[in-house]
Amino acid sequence: MRKLTLLSATALVALGGGLAEAQTPKKGGTLNFAVVAEPPTIDCHAVTTFAFAHPARPHYSTLLKWQGNANTGQKIVGDLATSWEVAKDGLSYTFKLHPNVKFHDGSPMTSNDVKVSYERIINPPEGVLSVRRALFQSIKEIETPDANTVVFKMKSPNASQLINFASPWNCIYSAAKLKDDPKFPEKTILGTGAYTFVENVKGSHWIGKRFDGYFLKDRPYLDGYKAYFVKSNAVVTGMIGGQFDGEFRGRTPKERDQLVSGMKENALVTEGPWVTNLLFTFNVAKKPFDDVRVRRALSMAIDRHGGSKALSQISMLKYVGGLLRPGYELARTEAELEAFPGFGKDINKAREEAKRLLKEAGVPNLKLKLVNRNVAEPYTPGGIFLIDQWRRIGVEAEHSQLETKLYFDAMRSGNFDVFLEFISDFADDPSSQFDKFLTKEKSSRSASGHTDKEMDRLFDLQAAALTMEERKKHVRAFEDRALSEVYSVPLLWWQRIIVRHKKIKDWEHHNNHFTASDLVNVWLDQ
Amino acid sequence: MLGYIVRRLLMVIPTLIGVAVAVFFLIRVMPGDPVVVKLRADGAAVTEETIQAERKRLGLDKPLMVQFTDYMIGLTRLDLGKSLWTGESVAGEIAIRFPVTLQVAIMATLIAVFIAVPLGTLCAVYRDTWIDNVIRVLAVSGLAIPGFWLGMLIILGLLYFFNWLPKIGYVSIFEDPVANLSALFWPALSVGYRYAAVVTRMMRSALLEVMREDYIRTARAKGVYESLVTRRHGLRNALLPVVTVVGLEFAFLIGGLVVTEQVFNLNGIGKLFVDATARGDFTLLQGLVLLIATVFVIVNLLVDLLYAALDPRIRLT
Amino acid sequence: MADVTAGDAFAEKIPKRTNPIIKFIVAQPLGFVGFLIVLLYFVLAVGAQWISPYHPEEVDFSAMLTGPSPEHLFGTDQYGRDVFSRLVYGARTALAVGMLSAIVGCTLGAILGATSGYFGGMIDNIIQRLVDVMLSFPIIVLAMVVVAVLGRNMIAGIDANLIVAIALPMVPKMARIARSSTLSIAQMPFIDAARAAGYSHARIVLRHILPNIVAPYLIMLTAFIAQAILLEASLSFLGLGVTEPTAAWGLMLSGSSADFYQAAPWMILFPGLAITLAVFAFNLLGDSLRDWLDPKMKV
Repeated sequence: MRKLTLLSATALVALGGGLAEAQTPKKGGTLNFAVVAEPPTIDCHAVTTFAFAHPARPHYSTLLKWQGNANTGQKIVGDLATSWEVAKDGLSYTFKLHPNVKFHDGSPMTSNDVKVSYERIINPPEGVLSVRRALFQSIKEIETPDANTVVFKMKSPNASQLINFASPWNCIYSAAKLKDDPKFPEKTILGTGAYTFVENVKGSHWIGKRFDGYFLKDRPYLDGYKAYFVKSNAVVTGMIGGQFDGEFRGRTPKERDQLVSGMKENALVTEGPWVTNLLFTFNVAKKPFDDVRVRRALSMAIDRHGGSKALSQISMLKYVGGLLRPGYELARTEAELEAFPGFGKDINKAREEAKRLLKEAGVPNLKLKLVNRNVAEPYTPGGIFLIDQWRRIGVEAEHSQLETKLYFDAMRSGNFDVFLEFISDFADDPSSQFDKFLTKEKSSRSASGHTDKEMDRLFDLQAAALTMEERKKHVRAFEDRALSEVYSVPLLWWQRIIVRHKKIKDWEHHNNHFTASDLVNVWLDQ
Repeated sequence: MLGYIVRRLLMVIPTLIGVAVAVFFLIRVMPGDPVVVKLRADGAAVTEETIQAERKRLGLDKPLMVQFTDYMIGLTRLDLGKSLWTGESVAGEIAIRFPVTLQVAIMATLIAVFIAVPLGTLCAVYRDTWIDNVIRVLAVSGLAIPGFWLGMLIILGLLYFFNWLPKIGYVSIFEDPVANLSALFWPALSVGYRYAAVVTRMMRSALLEVMREDYIRTARAKGVYESLVTRRHGLRNALLPVVTVVGLEFAFLIGGLVVTEQVFNLNGIGKLFVDATARGDFTLLQGLVLLIATVFVIVNLLVDLLYAALDPRIRLT
Repeated sequence: MADVTAGDAFAEKIPKRTNPIIKFIVAQPLGFVGFLIVLLYFVLAVGAQWISPYHPEEVDFSAMLTGPSPEHLFGTDQYGRDVFSRLVYGARTALAVGMLSAIVGCTLGAILGATSGYFGGMIDNIIQRLVDVMLSFPIIVLAMVVVAVLGRNMIAGIDANLIVAIALPMVPKMARIARSSTLSIAQMPFIDAARAAGYSHARIVLRHILPNIVAPYLIMLTAFIAQAILLEASLSFLGLGVTEPTAAWGLMLSGSSADFYQAAPWMILFPGLAITLAVFAFNLLGDSLRDWLDPKMKV
């Protein structure tokens, strides 16, 4: 019997890309990378997919952006902004902009372009789609005292506002072009980013070329880049064959091992946590899931710690965590979590307790329907794991694995007992992570159908908090209640594994797959 | 002959209109909302209000009959509408992918014909001998091997024996014939094998049937050599049903490469079809289904006309 | 090969008749081999819980991706599930889905075809146009559209809509064949006589037409089971058919399983062989049945 050494590749792993890359950057070269999906549209304000961020973000600039890496910490830094100031009462944000910023057509960018672009996000004109407008509704007005200053006046404080200003999706467009045609960005790419647009061949590739008029001196280093649109299962062979040198969404542990054995010493692996988790939601409107004992029992039956060890070798699932990403400053530690149902370390005891609870609730031989998404990674392993864990306490689950379209339909119509879903965002932000745990009228993403005014109240308190200390207090209270009431509960958090050719330097491994894609500082050592 | 062609052409039109109408209503009852998929698939916190705004923007809020009328009017101008996913013209989306699928289909046909015609002839000539039996077993197993599995085996084989795989991304055959052929030969082979099995069986039975006909017996009786009989009289007449099968199989490949394109990561019609289904992109699906049906109907028409040209008796009916 | 036919009425009248099964074995040795393999699959499907050493959905993280060994005959997959057990239970899935959809498709097609041929005229015309439209799609496309339109609908552990999706593409082919068989019967004098005697349509169809399409029905059924198994595997491979954790051959080849080809080639080899052999056997049996029962029929 041959036992496979699943961790053969981990020796080469540099955790989170924390290598001190102190070499002098070299100029030139083309970065070839793979993108495993395609963006539906090229309008930054209307897309939600990394498949846009990776090939297209290098053409644009945003007010703020993120810097750092997943394991040692990320912080907000300026992109177009050289500095910014938040009023003590949280009611205004003032940004100073880089002077001499030019669009790719040579026209200068001023504070008015920022104002008009944000207005397009907040109040899209007829026929324009702005998907994140709800996040900016606490903005009252935007002022431009001079060409290099923008002031956002708020209706009320929003603890997540700065994070939202650092969103990779708020590309700054040309006010003049938008005036002529508000739909301009759907057809043409014109930004102030480090690379100009060359071509986008559907189903094939996307090419960008160095922008000589970029506002940072001596940047970017690369001559250009070419993004290949490929199916996920073609990444490994494409990289081993040298057609491209990286894929920046994330690979499975198995693919990492194949890449390392195929690319030999050229492979550079970075790993870290991901601001994405799988969670399962109970249909509280249905019996017996209205009974908190049943919900607790079904969470208790899961050996998260054991599952983490095994699943992290074959899938993207890895970290045991609460409502916030393990490692985030507001998140609970593993020890703190142990008190909550399903997060303890003694699985046998927990399962006995779960069986007892089910019996007490009058459903010792519960049968249920688990609705899952028909996407291999990591939904399938997540579903298989859950069903297997529940079988161990005598619960029989029917696995209804649906296409994305039917999956969302089942969620909206409440056609499920338990729903395996996910939360994914570009930054740790309690407001966006908690959204799914709210009462339905308050959140369009909430699926469980419960009503819990206390949680809604705590949510509002944390969202309006002026200090981190205050926010932490409310966030903790919210999480306590969520993990005890178990309307929805995280299964496991994802791990992000990136394999790239070691010649790609100064690429930052972030805790999500949306940011760090502007390629301003990336260079090739060749 | 002209009258026949016109009559046949006129018969095509109601079939296509039937397909167009059926497709529209069938696809519209499809559960799931393409807008939700588009906006929420990556986990973004998109509000219900935004989803309604996008539905309105795409014209999905209009009454079904209005959408239907728009669609049928569009069809008369050969306008298939715009993809709900990309917002670009359906015809354009298809045109980008069509060459890949077409080329694989053509190559698979060539592979099938080159394998099947000689093998089928051998079967008929050496009927009920071990040669016949071996070829027939091969043909039956050709029908049994799932195309996607054969494709996976080919990929594994290439990796195992040559540590090589064709490059990803389509290059036109006119630009770089070597790269193009080295990439598309393998998918063509994986479908061509099954295709060859079908044609071999047809070739065998058609030949056997023709050989039983009177004029062959006459030729034999006149003392013409057996090989000459087969070649001059048998083959030529047996080719007619074989051409039919080849034509129909070719037409089916235009839409039927769904699985193969997945395995070989080809950017063709089949992949587009899978994507459009997953995304609930109604308009694109309509366009694709119409295209597939049209190709089939046209190939059918050509086969019929060919028959009519070769066999005057058909024109009378 | 085609010397012995069912219509050989004289052979039936010879007193010392040989057992028809022996006659089939002698006349159609290949078909008999097919029959034996089919029988084997049935045994696996029916006796799955006694034959397979493990529960097919049993996850065992201490035995992930182990190669073939005495404990795990065909190795294990990435969840430590026993591949052999999953193959055995997969036979149950394949046969259940394959037979159900073939019966549904064939029966529906036979009814449509017989109706079309018996009544003729307007009804015939409408049904034939419908059949034309359905025939102008590759089966996989038709099945995918049906899956997309109907969604899923689990009844007793089987997705009823998947059955419909696989059955539908078979309807037009069977309808064509049933129609031509019916036409040839309907023109016989005894049908006219029956009509003249005032028998009801139902009686004529049941007593005279149906018995005459039994042979083509059986032949097509066997061929359709093969086609259904293949189609189910393809749909499951695309993620549109049977879903995890149910054991199904096509599913075992889909998704991330391909990522494990280097580490665990047995995960790809065995399910593919299982599909091929099953389809091969049903095809062989179908071909021989046709040669034996009705050599003139064209499929």
